[in-house]
Amino acid sequence: MTYALEINQLHKIYDNGFEALKGISLKVEEGDFFALLGPNGAGKSTTLGVVCSLVNKTKGSVKVFGHDLDIDVSKAKCLMGVVPQEFNFNMFEKVQDVVVQQAGYYGIARDEALRRTEQLLKQLSLWDKRDDASRNLSGGMKRRLMIARALVHRPKLLILDEPTAGVDIELRRSMWEFLTRINEQGTTIILTTHYLEEAENLCRNIAIIDQGDIIQNSPMRELLKTINTETIVLELQKPLAQAPQVQGYRLLLVNDTYIEVILNQGQDINSVFVALSAAGIQVTSMRNKTNRLEELFVNLVTSNKTDLKGVSA
Amino acid sequence: MSSYEIYIAYSTIVRKEIQRFMRIWVQTLLPPSIIMVLYFIIFGNLIGSRIGQMGGFDYMQFIVPGLIMMSVITNSYGNVVSSFYSTKYQGSLDEMLVSPMPNWVILAGYVTGGVARGLAVGTIVTSLSLFFTQLEIYNFGIIVLVVLMTSILFSLGGFVNAVFANSFDDISIVPTFILTPLTYLGGVFYSIDLLPDFWAGMSQLNPILYMVNAFRYGILGVSDIQVGYALLVISVFIIALFSYCMYLLNTGKGIRK
Repeated sequence: MTYALEINQLHKIYDNGFEALKGISLKVEEGDFFALLGPNGAGKSTTLGVVCSLVNKTKGSVKVFGHDLDIDVSKAKCLMGVVPQEFNFNMFEKVQDVVVQQAGYYGIARDEALRRTEQLLKQLSLWDKRDDASRNLSGGMKRRLMIARALVHRPKLLILDEPTAGVDIELRRSMWEFLTRINEQGTTIILTTHYLEEAENLCRNIAIIDQGDIIQNSPMRELLKTINTETIVLELQKPLAQAPQVQGYRLLLVNDTYIEVILNQGQDINSVFVALSAAGIQVTSMRNKTNRLEELFVNLVTSNKTDLKGVSA
Repeated sequence: MSSYEIYIAYSTIVRKEIQRFMRIWVQTLLPPSIIMVLYFIIFGNLIGSRIGQMGGFDYMQFIVPGLIMMSVITNSYGNVVSSFYSTKYQGSLDEMLVSPMPNWVILAGYVTGGVARGLAVGTIVTSLSLFFTQLEIYNFGIIVLVVLMTSILFSLGGFVNAVFANSFDDISIVPTFILTPLTYLGGVFYSIDLLPDFWAGMSQLNPILYMVNAFRYGILGVSDIQVGYALLVISVFIIALFSYCMYLLNTGKGIRK
Protein backbone atom coordinates (compact mmCIF):
# COMPACT_ATOMS: atom_id res chain seq x y z
CA MET A 1 0.00 0.00 0.00
CA THR A 2 1.26 3.48 -0.84
CA TYR A 3 0.86 5.97 1.96
CA ALA A 4 0.43 9.70 1.53
CA LEU A 5 3.18 10.08 4.10
CA GLU A 6 5.48 7.45 5.50
CA ILE A 7 8.10 8.41 8.09
CA ASN A 8 10.59 5.83 9.30
CA GLN A 9 12.95 6.21 12.24
CA LEU A 10 13.25 9.96 11.81
CA HIS A 11 15.89 11.61 13.96
CA LYS A 12 16.72 15.28 14.25
CA ILE A 13 19.53 16.64 16.36
CA TYR A 14 20.05 20.41 16.09
CA ASP A 15 23.51 21.99 15.99
CA ASN A 16 23.23 22.90 19.69
CA GLY A 17 22.84 19.19 20.51
CA PHE A 18 19.10 19.30 21.18
CA GLU A 19 17.45 16.06 20.05
CA ALA A 20 14.12 17.22 18.66
CA LEU A 21 13.09 13.88 17.12
CA LYS A 22 14.10 10.55 18.61
CA GLY A 23 13.41 8.15 15.78
CA ILE A 24 9.72 8.66 15.10
CA SER A 25 7.78 6.51 12.64
CA LEU A 26 4.41 7.44 11.23
CA LYS A 27 2.11 6.43 8.39
CA VAL A 28 -0.70 8.53 6.97
CA GLU A 29 -3.06 6.86 4.53
CA GLU A 30 -4.13 8.49 1.30
CA GLY A 31 -7.32 10.53 1.78
CA ASP A 32 -6.91 10.71 5.55
CA PHE A 33 -7.52 13.74 7.73
CA PHE A 34 -4.73 13.29 10.24
CA ALA A 35 -3.96 15.21 13.43
CA LEU A 36 -0.45 15.52 14.80
CA LEU A 37 -0.75 16.83 18.31
CA GLY A 38 1.73 17.64 21.02
CA PRO A 39 2.66 20.30 23.54
CA ASN A 40 4.87 23.23 22.54
CA GLY A 41 8.38 22.08 21.65
CA ALA A 42 7.31 18.44 21.28
CA GLY A 43 8.66 18.12 17.73
CA LYS A 44 5.55 18.69 15.59
CA SER A 45 6.93 21.58 13.56
CA THR A 46 10.33 19.90 13.24
CA THR A 47 8.62 16.79 11.83
CA LEU A 48 6.65 18.82 9.33
CA GLY A 49 9.74 20.92 8.57
CA VAL A 50 11.66 17.79 7.59
CA VAL A 51 8.77 16.56 5.45
CA CYS A 52 8.64 19.91 3.63
CA SER A 53 12.45 20.06 3.21
CA LEU A 54 12.79 23.14 5.40
CA VAL A 55 14.67 21.26 8.11
CA ASN A 56 17.57 18.91 7.39
CA LYS A 57 17.03 15.54 9.02
CA THR A 58 19.79 13.79 10.93
CA LYS A 59 18.71 10.22 10.15
CA GLY A 60 15.73 8.27 8.88
CA SER A 61 13.54 8.34 5.81
CA VAL A 62 10.48 10.22 4.60
CA LYS A 63 8.30 9.17 1.68
CA VAL A 64 5.48 11.17 0.14
CA PHE A 65 3.17 8.99 -1.95
CA GLY A 66 6.07 6.55 -2.24
CA HIS A 67 8.62 9.16 -3.35
CA ASP A 68 11.62 9.15 -1.03
CA LEU A 69 12.83 12.67 -0.17
CA ASP A 70 16.43 11.48 -0.48
CA ILE A 71 15.90 10.08 -3.97
CA ASP A 72 13.03 11.91 -5.63
CA VAL A 73 12.53 15.13 -3.71
CA SER A 74 11.19 17.04 -6.72
CA LYS A 75 8.25 14.67 -7.27
CA ALA A 76 7.55 14.53 -3.55
CA LYS A 77 7.47 18.34 -3.34
CA CYS A 78 5.06 18.56 -6.31
CA LEU A 79 2.56 16.48 -4.34
CA MET A 80 2.71 18.57 -1.16
CA GLY A 81 1.28 21.92 -0.14
CA VAL A 82 2.36 23.59 3.07
CA VAL A 83 0.64 26.09 5.34
CA PRO A 84 3.20 27.09 7.99
CA GLN A 85 2.57 28.31 11.49
CA GLU A 86 4.05 31.78 10.95
CA PHE A 87 3.07 34.22 8.21
CA ASN A 88 5.87 33.76 5.73
CA PHE A 89 4.90 35.58 2.58
CA ASN A 90 6.39 38.83 1.31
CA MET A 91 4.36 41.45 3.15
CA PHE A 92 4.98 44.00 0.39
CA GLU A 93 3.59 41.85 -2.42
CA LYS A 94 -0.01 42.09 -3.54
CA VAL A 95 -2.29 39.27 -2.40
CA GLN A 96 -2.73 37.99 -5.95
CA ASP A 97 1.01 38.09 -6.66
CA VAL A 98 1.79 35.96 -3.58
CA VAL A 99 -0.31 33.13 -4.99
CA VAL A 100 0.66 33.57 -8.65
CA GLN A 101 4.37 33.56 -7.78
CA GLN A 102 3.99 30.37 -5.80
CA ALA A 103 2.35 28.76 -8.83
CA GLY A 104 5.31 29.94 -10.90
CA TYR A 105 7.76 28.19 -8.57
CA TYR A 106 5.92 24.96 -9.37
CA GLY A 107 6.27 25.61 -13.10
CA ILE A 108 2.65 26.61 -13.71
CA ALA A 109 2.35 29.03 -16.65
CA ARG A 110 1.19 32.54 -15.76
CA ASP A 111 -2.22 32.39 -17.51
CA GLU A 112 -3.12 29.18 -15.73
CA ALA A 113 -1.69 30.52 -12.45
CA LEU A 114 -3.89 33.63 -12.71
CA ARG A 115 -6.95 31.47 -13.40
CA ARG A 116 -6.29 29.18 -10.44
CA THR A 117 -5.50 32.14 -8.17
CA GLU A 118 -8.80 33.80 -9.00
CA GLN A 119 -10.65 30.57 -8.26
CA LEU A 120 -8.92 30.05 -4.90
CA LEU A 121 -9.13 33.66 -3.76
CA LYS A 122 -12.85 33.63 -4.51
CA GLN A 123 -13.33 30.36 -2.61
CA LEU A 124 -11.49 31.81 0.37
CA SER A 125 -13.26 35.20 0.19
CA LEU A 126 -10.08 37.11 -0.64
CA TRP A 127 -10.79 38.12 -4.23
CA ASP A 128 -11.83 41.66 -3.22
CA LYS A 129 -8.43 42.06 -1.57
CA ARG A 130 -6.40 40.79 -4.52
CA ASP A 131 -4.71 44.13 -5.22
CA ASP A 132 -4.00 44.97 -1.57
CA ALA A 133 -0.52 44.63 -0.12
CA SER A 134 -0.59 41.42 1.88
CA ARG A 135 0.62 43.22 5.03
CA ASN A 136 -2.70 45.07 5.15
CA LEU A 137 -4.75 41.88 5.56
CA SER A 138 -6.21 40.87 8.91
CA GLY A 139 -4.79 37.84 10.73
CA GLY A 140 -7.55 35.56 9.49
CA MET A 141 -7.16 36.76 5.92
CA LYS A 142 -3.41 36.14 6.07
CA ARG A 143 -4.09 32.55 7.17
CA ARG A 144 -6.50 32.07 4.27
CA LEU A 145 -3.96 33.57 1.88
CA MET A 146 -1.45 30.95 3.00
CA ILE A 147 -4.02 28.22 2.37
CA ALA A 148 -4.68 29.59 -1.15
CA ARG A 149 -0.94 29.70 -1.79
CA ALA A 150 -0.51 26.10 -0.61
CA LEU A 151 -3.30 24.85 -2.85
CA VAL A 152 -2.46 26.66 -6.09
CA HIS A 153 -0.47 23.74 -7.51
CA ARG A 154 -3.23 21.29 -6.50
CA PRO A 155 -1.29 19.12 -4.07
CA LYS A 156 -2.50 15.65 -3.06
CA LEU A 157 -1.19 16.19 0.47
CA LEU A 158 -1.87 19.38 2.39
CA ILE A 159 0.13 20.02 5.54
CA LEU A 160 -1.19 22.65 7.93
CA ASP A 161 0.79 23.74 10.96
CA GLU A 162 -1.68 25.35 13.35
CA PRO A 163 -3.79 26.90 10.59
CA THR A 164 -6.41 28.41 12.88
CA ALA A 165 -4.11 29.90 15.53
CA GLY A 166 -5.39 33.35 16.45
CA VAL A 167 -8.44 33.06 14.20
CA ASP A 168 -11.88 33.98 15.55
CA ILE A 169 -14.39 31.20 16.06
CA GLU A 170 -16.60 32.09 13.08
CA LEU A 171 -13.69 32.12 10.69
CA ARG A 172 -12.26 28.97 12.26
CA ARG A 173 -15.51 27.15 11.54
CA SER A 174 -15.58 28.36 7.94
CA MET A 175 -11.98 27.14 7.55
CA TRP A 176 -13.02 23.76 8.97
CA GLU A 177 -15.77 23.56 6.37
CA PHE A 178 -13.34 24.45 3.60
CA LEU A 179 -10.79 21.87 4.75
CA THR A 180 -13.46 19.19 5.14
CA ARG A 181 -14.63 19.91 1.58
CA ILE A 182 -11.17 19.58 0.03
CA ASN A 183 -10.54 16.43 2.08
CA GLU A 184 -13.78 14.96 0.72
CA GLN A 185 -12.54 15.82 -2.76
CA GLY A 186 -9.52 13.58 -2.16
CA THR A 187 -6.79 15.76 -0.64
CA THR A 188 -5.00 14.11 2.26
CA ILE A 189 -4.67 16.56 5.15
CA ILE A 190 -2.21 16.56 8.02
CA LEU A 191 -2.92 19.10 10.71
CA THR A 192 -1.22 20.25 13.86
CA THR A 193 -3.28 22.26 16.25
CA HIS A 194 -3.58 23.31 19.86
CA TYR A 195 -7.38 23.40 19.55
CA LEU A 196 -8.19 19.82 20.42
CA GLU A 197 -11.84 20.37 19.56
CA GLU A 198 -10.59 21.06 16.03
CA ALA A 199 -8.71 17.76 15.87
CA GLU A 200 -11.63 15.84 17.36
CA ASN A 201 -14.13 17.31 14.92
CA LEU A 202 -12.04 17.07 11.78
CA CYS A 203 -9.57 14.24 12.00
CA ARG A 204 -10.02 10.50 11.56
CA ASN A 205 -6.59 9.48 12.79
CA ILE A 206 -4.28 10.99 15.34
CA ALA A 207 -0.72 10.87 16.57
CA ILE A 208 0.49 12.54 19.74
CA ILE A 209 4.12 13.52 19.88
CA ASP A 210 5.89 14.48 23.07
CA GLN A 211 9.57 15.22 23.67
CA GLY A 212 10.51 13.88 20.24
CA ASP A 213 8.64 10.56 20.53
CA ILE A 214 5.27 9.40 19.24
CA ILE A 215 3.39 8.42 22.39
CA GLN A 216 0.06 7.65 20.74
CA ASN A 217 -0.95 6.79 17.18
CA SER A 218 -4.43 5.44 16.51
CA PRO A 219 -7.80 6.16 14.93
CA MET A 220 -9.55 9.04 16.72
CA ARG A 221 -12.61 6.91 17.51
CA GLU A 222 -10.56 4.21 19.22
CA LEU A 223 -8.60 6.75 21.17
CA LEU A 224 -11.72 8.45 22.45
CA LYS A 225 -13.10 5.07 23.52
CA THR A 226 -10.21 4.73 25.96
CA ILE A 227 -11.45 7.67 27.98
CA ASN A 228 -12.75 6.22 31.25
CA THR A 229 -14.47 9.23 32.70
CA GLU A 230 -16.26 12.29 31.50
CA THR A 231 -17.14 15.32 33.59
CA ILE A 232 -20.44 17.10 33.04
CA VAL A 233 -21.11 20.50 34.61
CA LEU A 234 -24.72 21.20 35.61
CA GLU A 235 -26.08 24.67 36.36
CA LEU A 236 -28.81 24.67 39.00
CA GLN A 237 -31.82 26.92 39.29
CA LYS A 238 -31.46 27.38 43.06
CA PRO A 239 -28.32 27.41 45.18
CA LEU A 240 -27.33 24.36 47.24
CA ALA A 241 -25.35 24.14 50.46
CA GLN A 242 -23.83 20.75 49.64
CA ALA A 243 -23.61 18.35 46.72
CA PRO A 244 -26.62 16.05 46.35
CA GLN A 245 -26.10 12.30 46.76
CA VAL A 246 -26.94 10.02 43.81
CA GLN A 247 -26.21 6.34 44.27
CA GLY A 248 -23.45 5.04 41.99
CA TYR A 249 -22.43 8.53 40.84
CA ARG A 250 -19.87 11.04 42.04
CA LEU A 251 -21.18 14.61 42.29
CA LEU A 252 -19.08 17.59 43.41
CA LEU A 253 -20.30 21.03 44.36
CA VAL A 254 -18.25 23.59 42.46
CA ASN A 255 -20.09 26.57 43.93
CA ASP A 256 -23.62 26.99 45.18
CA THR A 257 -25.25 26.82 41.73
CA TYR A 258 -22.85 24.53 39.85
CA ILE A 259 -22.20 20.82 40.34
CA GLU A 260 -19.91 18.47 38.49
CA VAL A 261 -21.02 14.93 37.67
CA ILE A 262 -18.20 12.48 36.98
CA LEU A 263 -19.47 9.72 34.71
CA ASN A 264 -17.59 6.46 34.39
CA GLN A 265 -17.58 4.61 31.08
CA GLY A 266 -21.02 3.05 30.52
CA GLN A 267 -22.86 5.29 32.97
CA ASP A 268 -25.63 7.50 31.63
CA ILE A 269 -26.63 10.94 32.78
CA ASN A 270 -30.40 10.22 32.76
CA SER A 271 -30.30 8.54 36.19
CA VAL A 272 -28.71 11.66 37.64
CA PHE A 273 -31.45 13.86 36.20
CA VAL A 274 -34.14 11.55 37.58
CA ALA A 275 -32.53 11.59 41.04
CA LEU A 276 -32.09 15.35 41.03
CA SER A 277 -35.64 15.90 39.87
CA ALA A 278 -36.94 13.63 42.62
CA ALA A 279 -34.96 15.69 45.15
CA GLY A 280 -36.57 18.88 43.75
CA ILE A 281 -33.39 20.15 42.19
CA GLN A 282 -33.94 21.88 38.85
CA VAL A 283 -31.14 21.91 36.27
CA THR A 284 -31.10 24.90 33.91
CA SER A 285 -28.16 23.94 31.67
CA MET A 286 -25.40 21.40 31.19
CA ARG A 287 -22.05 21.21 29.38
CA ASN A 288 -18.92 19.09 29.15
CA LYS A 289 -16.28 20.33 31.57
CA THR A 290 -13.50 19.84 28.99
CA ASN A 291 -13.21 18.55 25.50
CA ARG A 292 -12.82 14.76 25.71
CA LEU A 293 -9.69 14.72 23.60
CA GLU A 294 -8.23 17.51 25.68
CA GLU A 295 -8.66 15.42 28.81
CA LEU A 296 -6.99 12.44 27.17
CA PHE A 297 -4.19 14.54 25.73
CA VAL A 298 -3.34 16.04 29.11
CA ASN A 299 -3.37 12.58 30.71
CA LEU A 300 -1.09 11.10 28.04
CA VAL A 301 1.42 13.92 28.09
CA THR A 302 1.46 14.06 31.88
CA SER A 303 2.00 10.29 32.21
CA ASN A 304 4.75 10.45 29.54
CA LYS A 305 6.54 13.10 31.61
CA THR A 306 6.16 10.97 34.74
CA ASP A 307 7.53 7.90 32.90
CA LEU A 308 10.53 9.85 31.66
CA LYS A 309 11.24 11.19 35.13
CA GLY A 310 11.11 7.60 36.40
CA VAL A 311 13.58 6.50 33.72
CA SER A 312 16.00 9.36 34.41
CA ALA A 313 15.73 8.75 38.17
CA MET B 1 10.39 19.40 -13.43
CA SER B 2 10.51 19.68 -17.20
CA SER B 3 12.72 22.28 -18.90
CA TYR B 4 9.64 24.40 -19.62
CA GLU B 5 8.55 24.29 -15.96
CA ILE B 6 12.07 25.21 -14.87
CA TYR B 7 11.98 28.15 -17.30
CA ILE B 8 8.67 29.31 -15.77
CA ALA B 9 10.07 29.03 -12.25
CA TYR B 10 13.20 30.96 -13.27
CA SER B 11 11.25 33.69 -15.05
CA THR B 12 8.94 33.99 -12.01
CA ILE B 13 11.91 34.89 -9.80
CA VAL B 14 13.37 37.23 -12.42
CA ARG B 15 10.04 39.01 -12.90
CA LYS B 16 9.61 39.34 -9.13
CA GLU B 17 13.14 40.73 -8.74
CA ILE B 18 12.82 43.26 -11.55
CA GLN B 19 9.39 44.37 -10.30
CA ARG B 20 10.90 44.81 -6.84
CA PHE B 21 13.67 47.20 -7.83
CA MET B 22 11.44 49.05 -10.31
CA ARG B 23 8.74 49.50 -7.65
CA ILE B 24 11.25 51.15 -5.30
CA TRP B 25 13.17 53.02 -8.02
CA VAL B 26 13.61 56.01 -5.72
CA GLN B 27 15.79 53.80 -3.53
CA THR B 28 17.38 51.66 -6.23
CA LEU B 29 17.84 53.65 -9.46
CA LEU B 30 17.81 57.29 -8.45
CA PRO B 31 20.53 57.47 -5.74
CA PRO B 32 23.34 55.87 -7.82
CA SER B 33 22.46 58.21 -10.69
CA ILE B 34 22.69 61.29 -8.45
CA ILE B 35 25.94 60.09 -6.87
CA MET B 36 27.53 59.49 -10.28
CA VAL B 37 26.47 62.91 -11.54
CA LEU B 38 28.21 64.39 -8.49
CA TYR B 39 31.33 62.37 -9.30
CA PHE B 40 31.22 63.65 -12.88
CA ILE B 41 30.87 67.25 -11.73
CA ILE B 42 33.42 67.20 -8.90
CA PHE B 43 36.08 64.75 -10.08
CA GLY B 44 35.53 65.11 -13.79
CA ASN B 45 34.83 68.79 -14.35
CA LEU B 46 36.11 70.70 -11.32
CA ILE B 47 39.16 68.69 -10.25
CA GLY B 48 39.68 66.79 -13.51
CA SER B 49 40.27 69.98 -15.54
CA ARG B 50 43.30 70.72 -13.32
CA ILE B 51 44.64 67.16 -13.46
CA GLY B 52 44.95 67.15 -17.20
CA GLN B 53 45.45 63.83 -18.98
CA MET B 54 45.54 60.31 -17.59
CA GLY B 55 46.51 57.29 -19.73
CA GLY B 56 46.47 59.53 -22.80
CA PHE B 57 42.87 60.74 -22.25
CA ASP B 58 41.11 63.64 -20.54
CA TYR B 59 40.69 62.82 -16.88
CA MET B 60 36.91 62.86 -17.28
CA GLN B 61 37.07 60.35 -20.12
CA PHE B 62 39.46 58.22 -18.08
CA ILE B 63 37.24 57.95 -14.97
CA VAL B 64 33.88 57.44 -16.71
CA PRO B 65 34.40 53.70 -17.47
CA GLY B 66 35.51 53.15 -13.86
CA LEU B 67 32.52 55.01 -12.47
CA ILE B 68 30.11 53.06 -14.69
CA MET B 69 31.72 49.85 -13.52
CA MET B 70 31.56 51.02 -9.90
CA SER B 71 27.81 51.57 -10.18
CA VAL B 72 27.32 48.18 -11.85
CA ILE B 73 29.29 46.46 -9.07
CA THR B 74 27.57 48.13 -6.13
CA ASN B 75 24.08 47.78 -7.56
CA SER B 76 24.39 44.15 -8.65
CA TYR B 77 25.73 43.28 -5.22
CA GLY B 78 23.25 45.47 -3.35
CA ASN B 79 20.24 44.11 -5.21
CA VAL B 80 20.90 40.48 -4.43
CA VAL B 81 22.07 40.97 -0.87
CA SER B 82 19.09 43.09 0.14
CA SER B 83 16.47 41.13 -1.78
CA PHE B 84 17.63 37.66 -0.78
CA TYR B 85 18.20 38.67 2.82
CA SER B 86 14.76 40.23 3.17
CA THR B 87 13.27 37.10 1.58
CA LYS B 88 15.10 35.06 4.18
CA TYR B 89 14.18 37.47 6.99
CA GLN B 90 10.46 37.47 6.15
CA GLY B 91 10.44 33.70 5.74
CA SER B 92 9.19 33.89 2.16
CA LEU B 93 12.30 31.99 1.09
CA ASP B 94 10.36 28.95 2.31
CA GLU B 95 8.01 29.46 -0.65
CA MET B 96 10.89 28.56 -2.92
CA LEU B 97 12.41 25.89 -0.70
CA VAL B 98 9.18 23.86 -0.48
CA SER B 99 8.73 24.01 -4.26
CA PRO B 100 10.28 21.44 -6.61
CA MET B 101 12.42 24.14 -8.23
CA PRO B 102 16.12 23.07 -8.31
CA ASN B 103 18.51 25.15 -6.20
CA TRP B 104 20.44 26.39 -9.21
CA VAL B 105 17.25 28.01 -10.53
CA ILE B 106 16.86 29.98 -7.30
CA LEU B 107 20.45 31.16 -7.61
CA ALA B 108 20.13 31.93 -11.34
CA GLY B 109 16.92 33.89 -10.71
CA TYR B 110 18.46 36.11 -8.05
CA VAL B 111 21.67 36.60 -10.02
CA THR B 112 19.67 37.61 -13.09
CA GLY B 113 17.79 40.12 -10.92
CA GLY B 114 21.13 41.54 -9.73
CA VAL B 115 22.45 41.69 -13.28
CA ALA B 116 19.27 43.43 -14.44
CA ARG B 117 19.64 46.16 -11.82
CA GLY B 118 23.38 46.46 -12.46
CA LEU B 119 22.72 46.89 -16.19
CA ALA B 120 19.83 49.30 -15.60
CA VAL B 121 21.95 51.55 -13.39
CA GLY B 122 24.96 51.13 -15.70
CA THR B 123 22.84 52.26 -18.67
CA ILE B 124 21.47 55.27 -16.76
CA VAL B 125 24.97 56.30 -15.60
CA THR B 126 26.39 55.86 -19.11
CA SER B 127 23.61 58.05 -20.53
CA LEU B 128 24.25 60.72 -17.87
CA SER B 129 27.99 60.66 -18.55
CA LEU B 130 27.28 61.73 -22.14
CA PHE B 131 26.24 65.13 -20.77
CA PHE B 132 29.82 65.58 -19.48
CA THR B 133 32.06 63.90 -22.02
CA GLN B 134 32.17 62.03 -25.29
CA LEU B 135 32.50 58.27 -25.18
CA GLU B 136 33.86 56.37 -28.13
CA ILE B 137 33.43 52.67 -28.14
CA TYR B 138 36.65 50.80 -28.84
CA ASN B 139 35.33 47.24 -28.57
CA PHE B 140 31.60 46.74 -27.96
CA GLY B 141 31.94 42.98 -27.46
CA ILE B 142 34.43 43.46 -24.60
CA ILE B 143 32.18 46.07 -22.99
CA VAL B 144 29.16 43.75 -22.97
CA LEU B 145 31.18 40.73 -21.87
CA VAL B 146 32.93 42.53 -19.01
CA VAL B 147 29.85 44.26 -17.69
CA LEU B 148 27.86 41.02 -17.76
CA MET B 149 30.59 38.97 -16.11
CA THR B 150 31.19 41.63 -13.46
CA SER B 151 27.54 41.95 -12.55
CA ILE B 152 27.21 38.15 -12.39
CA LEU B 153 30.26 37.96 -10.13
CA PHE B 154 29.02 40.61 -7.70
CA SER B 155 25.49 39.26 -7.72
CA LEU B 156 26.95 35.93 -6.59
CA GLY B 157 28.93 37.80 -3.93
CA GLY B 158 25.75 39.49 -2.72
CA PHE B 159 24.08 36.09 -2.50
CA VAL B 160 26.82 34.69 -0.26
CA ASN B 161 26.60 37.78 1.97
CA ALA B 162 22.81 37.39 2.24
CA VAL B 163 23.06 33.70 3.17
CA PHE B 164 25.37 34.48 6.09
CA ALA B 165 23.66 37.70 7.18
CA ASN B 166 21.70 37.47 10.41
CA SER B 167 20.62 41.10 10.58
CA PHE B 168 20.20 44.08 8.28
CA ASP B 169 23.49 45.43 9.69
CA ASP B 170 25.27 42.38 8.27
CA ILE B 171 24.24 43.22 4.73
CA SER B 172 25.96 46.60 4.85
CA ILE B 173 29.25 45.49 6.43
CA VAL B 174 30.77 43.97 3.28
CA PRO B 175 29.77 46.83 0.95
CA THR B 176 31.05 49.44 3.41
CA PHE B 177 34.27 47.87 4.62
CA ILE B 178 35.34 45.69 1.69
CA LEU B 179 33.57 46.56 -1.54
CA THR B 180 33.86 50.34 -1.42
CA PRO B 181 37.59 50.42 -0.48
CA LEU B 182 38.39 47.80 -3.15
CA THR B 183 36.46 49.81 -5.72
CA TYR B 184 38.24 53.07 -4.86
CA LEU B 185 41.59 51.27 -4.95
CA GLY B 186 40.67 49.37 -8.11
CA GLY B 187 41.90 51.93 -10.60
CA VAL B 188 38.66 53.86 -11.00
CA PHE B 189 40.30 57.25 -10.47
CA TYR B 190 43.92 56.57 -11.47
CA SER B 191 46.19 54.38 -13.52
CA ILE B 192 48.28 51.99 -11.43
CA ASP B 193 51.28 53.23 -13.45
CA LEU B 194 51.20 56.23 -11.08
CA LEU B 195 51.77 54.00 -8.04
CA PRO B 196 55.14 52.92 -6.63
CA ASP B 197 56.06 49.37 -7.71
CA PHE B 198 55.07 47.82 -4.39
CA TRP B 199 51.55 49.32 -4.39
CA ALA B 200 51.14 48.63 -8.10
CA GLY B 201 51.91 44.97 -7.34
CA MET B 202 49.52 44.99 -4.36
CA SER B 203 46.80 46.48 -6.54
CA GLN B 204 46.98 43.42 -8.76
CA LEU B 205 45.53 41.38 -5.88
CA ASN B 206 42.38 43.47 -6.14
CA PRO B 207 39.89 41.73 -8.46
CA ILE B 208 38.05 44.98 -9.17
CA LEU B 209 41.18 46.34 -10.88
CA TYR B 210 40.77 43.67 -13.58
CA MET B 211 37.12 44.52 -14.19
CA VAL B 212 37.63 48.27 -14.31
CA ASN B 213 40.58 47.95 -16.67
CA ALA B 214 38.92 45.43 -18.96
CA PHE B 215 35.86 47.68 -19.19
CA ARG B 216 38.04 50.74 -19.78
CA TYR B 217 39.75 48.83 -22.56
CA GLY B 218 36.36 48.21 -24.21
CA ILE B 219 35.61 51.94 -24.20
CA LEU B 220 38.98 53.66 -24.53
CA GLY B 221 41.25 50.89 -25.79
CA VAL B 222 43.70 51.33 -22.88
CA SER B 223 44.23 49.10 -19.87
CA ASP B 224 46.78 48.56 -17.10
CA ILE B 225 46.10 44.82 -17.32
CA GLN B 226 46.01 42.46 -20.31
CA VAL B 227 42.33 42.05 -21.20
CA GLY B 228 42.54 38.27 -21.73
CA TYR B 229 44.12 37.88 -18.30
CA ALA B 230 41.44 40.11 -16.76
CA LEU B 231 38.66 38.00 -18.30
CA LEU B 232 40.34 34.85 -17.02
CA VAL B 233 40.53 36.24 -13.47
CA ILE B 234 36.84 37.26 -13.54
CA SER B 235 35.88 33.81 -14.88
CA VAL B 236 37.78 32.03 -12.11
CA PHE B 237 36.06 34.15 -9.47
CA ILE B 238 32.64 33.47 -11.03
CA ILE B 239 33.21 29.70 -11.08
CA ALA B 240 34.49 29.71 -7.49
CA LEU B 241 31.61 31.82 -6.16
CA PHE B 242 28.97 29.93 -8.13
CA SER B 243 30.26 26.63 -6.74
CA TYR B 244 30.25 28.05 -3.23
CA CYS B 245 26.70 29.39 -3.58
CA MET B 246 25.52 25.97 -4.80
CA TYR B 247 27.27 24.33 -1.87
CA LEU B 248 25.45 26.69 0.52
CA LEU B 249 22.09 26.04 -1.13
CA ASN B 250 22.53 22.27 -1.33
CA THR B 251 23.62 21.91 2.27
CA GLY B 252 21.14 24.51 3.48
CA LYS B 253 23.77 26.48 5.42
CA GLY B 254 22.20 29.72 6.66
CA ILE B 255 18.96 28.77 4.94
CA ARG B 256 17.58 25.52 6.34
CA LYS B 257 17.59 24.50 10.00
